[in-house]
Amino acid sequence: MGPSSMIVLIIAAIVFSSVAILVAKMVTKATTNLQKGEPYECGIPTHGKTWKQLNVGYYLFALIFLIFDVELIFLYPWAVVAKHAGWTALIEIVIFFFILFMGFLYAHKKGALKWK
Amino acid sequence: MWSFSNIADSIHQWLNETFHPSVAVIFEMIIAGICVISLFAVLGLVLVLMERKVSAWIQIRMGPNRVGPKGMFQSVADTMKLLVKEGMTPSGADKFLFNLAPFIALVVAMLLMAPLAFAKNFQMWNVNIGVLYISAISSVSVISILIAGWSSNNKYSLMGAMRSGAQIVSYELSAGLSILSVVVLAGSLNLNTIIQSQADGWWIFKGHIPVIISFIIFIIAVTAETNRAPFDLAEAESELTAGFHTEYSGMKFALFFLAEYVNVFIVCAIGATLFFGGWMPFHIGHWQSFNHVMDFIPSSLWFFGKTFFLIFVIMWFRWTFPRLRIDQLLNLEWKYLLPISLFNILLVTAMAIAGWYF
Repeated sequence: MGPSSMIVLIIAAIVFSSVAILVAKMVTKATTNLQKGEPYECGIPTHGKTWKQLNVGYYLFALIFLIFDVELIFLYPWAVVAKHAGWTALIEIVIFFFILFMGFLYAHKKGALKWK
Repeated sequence: MWSFSNIADSIHQWLNETFHPSVAVIFEMIIAGICVISLFAVLGLVLVLMERKVSAWIQIRMGPNRVGPKGMFQSVADTMKLLVKEGMTPSGADKFLFNLAPFIALVVAMLLMAPLAFAKNFQMWNVNIGVLYISAISSVSVISILIAGWSSNNKYSLMGAMRSGAQIVSYELSAGLSILSVVVLAGSLNLNTIIQSQADGWWIFKGHIPVIISFIIFIIAVTAETNRAPFDLAEAESELTAGFHTEYSGMKFALFFLAEYVNVFIVCAIGATLFFGGWMPFHIGHWQSFNHVMDFIPSSLWFFGKTFFLIFVIMWFRWTFPRLRIDQLLNLEWKYLLPISLFNILLVTAMAIAGWYF
């Protein structure tokens, strides 16, 4: 079908989920009371705001991921031609990985890969 | 012969003979949309039932056995129950984002269907960058989880979403690298070309130990990416009640659940396509007569058989390994899987260039 299949699939997903939610809304009867809208935290009343500070580790891992993900994108075009390019492709990627691995070791040495 | 490609071709021909070509295209789009939606619904029902039956079988109990013969209609009954439950929005939540998140989850799961080859010559979109398309689209799914957790106004949800974000982005790297090892061997990003390159044997047999290593890394990474046990930190019931979908109920919860199971199907289908040859029957080199006998089994059966085998393996993991802690999870990825898969891709490249595969 070609690229138009993406549009078909997006429309299909939106139609499917909105029909499901609308049918459920028509079938059910909504009720309200004072406690119903409160966040479910196992029966204990919520203490303080939800959007608070989180462990910095999540951001550190996200940053390291960003570096490696960009590297992964560089690998895609290389992977397609690697077999035709022969041994030069292997030597080039060894150099590329060596530089990358130095950065990885630096992050490891700095303790960025350790969960605190 | 009855095959998916013949049926599709005859529908295409009939539509073009009966209607004006531009009208026929619209009809084809509608038919394709309806087919994908019904595949979605059927997959959701079948996989939920399969999960419960497999877990029951592993734990030596009966599993669902009341609704219908041997509990066949249990998941239909569950869907009906979820349909009549009220889908409420908590009062402190960000209403727009809260309602948007299940849509994104479902759109992503649906978009991943496009380049999959379900049978011989039966594919929605024969895109030349299929592998890149899949890894690009599947990385969007983390956004729906983060939105759901952030907008719920619940600490459990937020914590589950952050955990899941860290976990999915980490394991995406080794999943991508293990996929790349097959791309290096096949020399193409097109899923159809990759399947054709396995006509004389699947890569897992042709590629010696390096491809087996990358398959093992792939199956670990996709188990983590789909948030399934033993990597289900995002929704660890004993710690976070239900993680990012704690506040979801009714049909919105059902949509998240459906997207999760369809994602499991899709990653298993990709694994089957790359390592087990997709719809390609079991062929051995130049054994012409053996290959010919294998060709009699329809290609769609091969595809769904391999995919459901991989799904079974992933369900098997769930009841075999205990859940990891978050530091163990990140250690496993960054200190073991990532260096191993980087080194493994060098091995695969050397093997591909030297021609040391069958």
